[in-house]
Amino acid sequence: MDKVLLDYGSGGRASHRFVADLFFKYLGNDILARMDDAAVLSLTGPVAMSTDSFVVDPIFFPGGDIGSLAVHGTVNDVAMMGARPLFLTCGFILEEGLPMDDLARIVASMGQAAREAGVRIVAGDTKVVPRGAADKIFINTTGIGEIMVDPAPSGHRAAVGDVVIVSGSMGDHGLAILSTREGLSFEAPVVSDSACLAGIVGKLLAAVPGVHALRDPTRGGLATTLNEIAGQSNVGIELTQADIPIHPAVAGGCAVLGLDPLYLANEGKFLCIVPEDQAQAAQAAITAHPLGAGAKVIGRVVADHPGKVALVTPLGGKRLLGMLEGEQLPRIC
Amino acid sequence: MNSFEAFKDPALCRALLERLKKEADTPYRFMEVCGTHTVSIFQSGLRSLLPQTITHVTGPGCPVCVTHESEVACFLELAARDDIVLATFGDLMRVPGPKGKNLKTAQADGARVEVVYSPVDALAVAAANPGRTTIFLGVGFETTAPAVAATIRLAREQNLKNFRVLSFHKLVPPALAALVADPDINIDAFILPGHVSAIIGAAPYGFLAEKHGLPAVVTGFEPLDILSALLEITAMRASGRPAVVNAYTRVVAHDGNPVARAVMDEVFTPVDALWRGLGTLPGSGLDIREEFADFDALRLPGVSLPDAPPLAGCRCGEVLKGKMAPNECPLFDKACTPATPVGPCMVSTEGGCAAYHKYRLEL
Repeated sequence: MDKVLLDYGSGGRASHRFVADLFFKYLGNDILARMDDAAVLSLTGPVAMSTDSFVVDPIFFPGGDIGSLAVHGTVNDVAMMGARPLFLTCGFILEEGLPMDDLARIVASMGQAAREAGVRIVAGDTKVVPRGAADKIFINTTGIGEIMVDPAPSGHRAAVGDVVIVSGSMGDHGLAILSTREGLSFEAPVVSDSACLAGIVGKLLAAVPGVHALRDPTRGGLATTLNEIAGQSNVGIELTQADIPIHPAVAGGCAVLGLDPLYLANEGKFLCIVPEDQAQAAQAAITAHPLGAGAKVIGRVVADHPGKVALVTPLGGKRLLGMLEGEQLPRIC
Repeated sequence: MNSFEAFKDPALCRALLERLKKEADTPYRFMEVCGTHTVSIFQSGLRSLLPQTITHVTGPGCPVCVTHESEVACFLELAARDDIVLATFGDLMRVPGPKGKNLKTAQADGARVEVVYSPVDALAVAAANPGRTTIFLGVGFETTAPAVAATIRLAREQNLKNFRVLSFHKLVPPALAALVADPDINIDAFILPGHVSAIIGAAPYGFLAEKHGLPAVVTGFEPLDILSALLEITAMRASGRPAVVNAYTRVVAHDGNPVARAVMDEVFTPVDALWRGLGTLPGSGLDIREEFADFDALRLPGVSLPDAPPLAGCRCGEVLKGKMAPNECPLFDKACTPATPVGPCMVSTEGGCAAYHKYRLEL
């Protein structure tokens, strides 16, 4: 079998063979192997739960693929609540005709990403739809984790005087996807930062349990994420533009295309908002981890302009950094 | 520091700002003609730092904003046709048409619209859609017109039968001539567009100084470029010797780019054109020449410029002429927002209203 057929979603013998040969091979574990209608889990204390659907095009891109992304995306959302991600479910919508080699590569990548993240995939579902009814492969993942700190970090807890730290350069994933999709190449290659953040967040919370807010700036980028927090906490946020890490290749690519890296998606970075007296300890904990080597303090929470984010430019001017309206589109000139 | 970064150097910018504060003792209002300058002045934070004697007025230099209501109506009509695929730069996707429709909503209604990064990419769209005619929306100034012209020539070389261009190109010098001829205009100096000038050179703007006594500087888009241009203008005003100065010599040759102009002239011919807010301006547009008629979308059966009255209440025209600041428009940030744009100035990435909305912290 070299391509996904509608038969594989029939629920009959073909489906069983398909699931056993492929999904159990790469994702199997003792809970999944029981093949009951639902997974039975043991959890203690408050849990965080999140779900996300992945429809990225292209499905393979520099630095990752839709499979590892589907694990990282949901695991990271759970981790941003101060939780240790433990279990995942995954639902696949497959387009008839998808090459089996591509699917195997994606599922293997998911298995690898799950093992690295320390999560088990405990339930799943597969549907095959006729050619044209979906674009190759869509994956939904739902994750559950145990919350490690009390109170848990939240977008509602940013307070005046807090410091904003990012774990590394902004916009890498968004530009990597865009440039691959459009067949654009830049002087230096742009690679997605897709990564599991549960480990680094665990280290951070062990060092600074009082982190006020944690967020991974995915779609909408840093600017949109900080606008959300400013609104949730009804505070102003002021960023120093020169301190925001941006890879030179991303800055250059954005300049050519008329895009702003602060609105581009990240899949392996997070930002944290911490009380000023714990900022140094937080930064030290983040930079000690390989995924946080480029961490920087980029701004602070202020009493002015509640609900808005301001950017202090390298010239010393101050301007609004608003929320993105729709998607970014390349300009005429 | 590479040369790209050097033109952003904060220490040097601050030094120039200090000089400007000392030397610009006579108040003046300057307009930048180019939307990329508009965005740069806001985005860099420069607008919040200019000395109080200098007033910044946003100008007509956004090709999306000056696209006439009839032209927008025309390409939205084309979008609704089953036999057409539209290829466009991204800027046009949200420009509102007469009934509030835009290319995004047309796409949701089933229109085939492809966002391309270069006009040449539209040829690949045509090749991939053999049963339909691919029409590239030729909106832009002298900056993009040569590339579109080269694409039409390439389409002819490739004997491509299902590719056409809707040429709504506009030329900057005739628009400036119309602007400064307006007795109500209240502009003392111009920052001239770097990209357009890279094609046409600085000479076509000579009339600004010679006929109207207005200082004007061709410059680049980095903060240092803009500050240097403002210092140049300040000096010209102090000396009483207005001129058109090319301060962007790293990109703009005195006579521009003759090769680009040659291909533009080979494919296009100047015609009177409709501008949003400015009306019909003589010799300010580009039609496709007879020799390339097979690539002219306006010559397809059933294609014409429909009558489209100005959008009710929209004051984009006055904003484009610098007679009204975006936030003085009664619709600004009320009926007209980026999510519900009444006019294109609020939705184009280079529009004056969009820049006010996006970057002004104090609003």
